[in-house]
Amino acid sequence: MDEQAPRRYGRGLFLATVAGGLSSLVWGRPVWGHVSSAIGGAEQLIPLVPNGWRIYTVAATMPTFDRTTWRLEVSGLVDQPLTLDYDALRALPRTTEVRDFHCVTGWSVPNVRWTGVRLTDLFERVRPQARAGGVQFTSAEIPYVDSLTLKQASLHDVLLAYEMDGKPLPREHGAPVRLVMPEMYGYKSVKWVSRIELVPQATDGYWEVLGYDRDAWVGRSNGL
Amino acid sequence: MLRYVARFSRTERTLHWLNASFFLFLLATGLALYLPRFSTLVGRRPLLKDLHFWGGLAWIAALGLVALLGDRRALARTARELETLSHDRFNPGQKINAILTAAFTLLFLVSGVLLWLGERDTRFRFASTVTLHDALLYAALVLLVGHLYLAVIHPATRHSLRGMTRGSVSEEWARRHYPEWEVPPRAENDDLTTTGAGRT
Repeated sequence: MDEQAPRRYGRGLFLATVAGGLSSLVWGRPVWGHVSSAIGGAEQLIPLVPNGWRIYTVAATMPTFDRTTWRLEVSGLVDQPLTLDYDALRALPRTTEVRDFHCVTGWSVPNVRWTGVRLTDLFERVRPQARAGGVQFTSAEIPYVDSLTLKQASLHDVLLAYEMDGKPLPREHGAPVRLVMPEMYGYKSVKWVSRIELVPQATDGYWEVLGYDRDAWVGRSNGL
Repeated sequence: MLRYVARFSRTERTLHWLNASFFLFLLATGLALYLPRFSTLVGRRPLLKDLHFWGGLAWIAALGLVALLGDRRALARTARELETLSHDRFNPGQKINAILTAAFTLLFLVSGVLLWLGERDTRFRFASTVTLHDALLYAALVLLVGHLYLAVIHPATRHSLRGMTRGSVSEEWARRHYPEWEVPPRAENDDLTTTGAGRT
């Protein structure tokens, strides 16, 4: 080795780190998935480290659930509009399902246990009219709103969930009730649902106005 | 009487403390966006996102501005010192820390901008961007904890903090820890106007 021109270790280390980091845009997520499943138990030991969930909100403060004043309105193009209080919602037929939750930004939570009311069970009570082609979900977190086609909303696994992993839905997950549309990315699963309206057709929701896909099928939308 | 030798130039110290301040600001706003408990407690996500994103851009701009307006020759000399892993003004561990910190900064910038763009245009959306940004956080925290331990707590090395706060370190300490460093001319006090870089 020529002593006058020592090897440029510094530049090499810098470029290798940058190249490794940039290339991880391709391999990062699958590898991280294996790592975190290998240390899955360790995450539970440190309460501050996220257990897979991230809490995304669009308003300055999260809605607060008051059991005495809370109402869920189901209206629009229906023969039998309905206003439910919390107890009436919980008195509807219960369904439980265990599904993976996928966020469009690249994180997922496996095996989430949701309990709630099937939308189809709700539709049986309100009876959508023939003109209804979409279902709009309005969040108590203003201005969040999103919609599904009536056909999508009528899939058997779409729930209005009021329990998560065996406990009442936590505030940050949309207490007291959120939509769960497991086949689509999480931004379709409106939190803090306060109004469900049957409309002629699905329209762009909060994120769709900003360019996200309206049909947000997991793995088949949003450029993913 | 203790004699002091110049170790870090004003430009280097400005860069270091700017970098530290912005990093801590971005760490705080980033954790409030990232950790469920923290984000539930703090709320105000749209405001935090703006602060975090624009704070990140300001971080890079501030470093660039100081590098541009400061003592560029001294910085170039420091960069050359970092090229070899020999033990001169810095030991190999310090050099690796500095190089990784610089690489992480660039990767934080790229992945952060991609996250911001991806929220606006699907062409910039990659499933692993958020993984990279998170992994950088953990890696940078490991470096930070080690760095703070050696600079503030560990008795044998914490004198080095003086070099970064006041610009100079005791000559005796410098000779003991950096025997290969050609220390600059002796200085009787801290108001040094020399660059503080070792002659090469």
